[in-house]
Amino acid sequence: MVADDLFKALADPTRRTILDELTQKSGQTLFEICARLSMKHQLGISRQGVSQHLAVLEAAGLVETRREGRYKFHDLNTAPLRRIADRWLAPHPSGPEENTP
Amino acid sequence: MKIHLTSVFVDDQAKAERFYTEILGFVKKHDVPLGETDRWLTVVSPDELDGTELLLEPAGHPAVKPYRDALVQDGIPVAQFAVDDVRAEFERLIALGVRFTQEPLEMGPVTTAVFDDTCGNLIQIATKPQ
Repeated sequence: MVADDLFKALADPTRRTILDELTQKSGQTLFEICARLSMKHQLGISRQGVSQHLAVLEAAGLVETRREGRYKFHDLNTAPLRRIADRWLAPHPSGPEENTP
Repeated sequence: MKIHLTSVFVDDQAKAERFYTEILGFVKKHDVPLGETDRWLTVVSPDELDGTELLLEPAGHPAVKPYRDALVQDGIPVAQFAVDDVRAEFERLIALGVRFTQEPLEMGPVTTAVFDDTCGNLIQIATKPQ
């Protein structure tokens, strides 16, 4: 996972809100994520817009999608966050890896 | 103008009749043969026998499947029914084996949940606005 994708994904407040909501409950449909953004956060954003945010989060490895029969659910994956935090909180003795400028 | 009838496409009208009456508790209003296999099949709420009818319409048209597949994949319901208590209704339907794609979600004054009607659709239940 390229760190740039991760920082870019986290740089947007709407995407951080999506992660907040997935932290409360993993395994949400696109419809549920849209409902939470509009009803709980008063974010007037189209389904297509939410889809695009989810694609960015998925590219960064923070969201994973899972097909279950005819439904598609979105799950949170916090593993990439641990890796970027460890860079400063628990640095490797030999210094940062070359691919994480 | 009044909304006196709306419809959902169903894969199998006999199966839909059972689900919408026996599981959801609606009452059959009209059942008229239409062509060789189809029926004009409508149900109403037991609380409003003269209220809005829901037509359980055959899903034979080729546009129906891709339309519904795309909606179901994204968790989007095709209809909304009002209940007094979404959580109680959720528990009741879960006990009857109904599959939910969205568990009861409280958002301010409104609570909603979304389930599969086993006939190809997702249905939303919501508390009545106060």
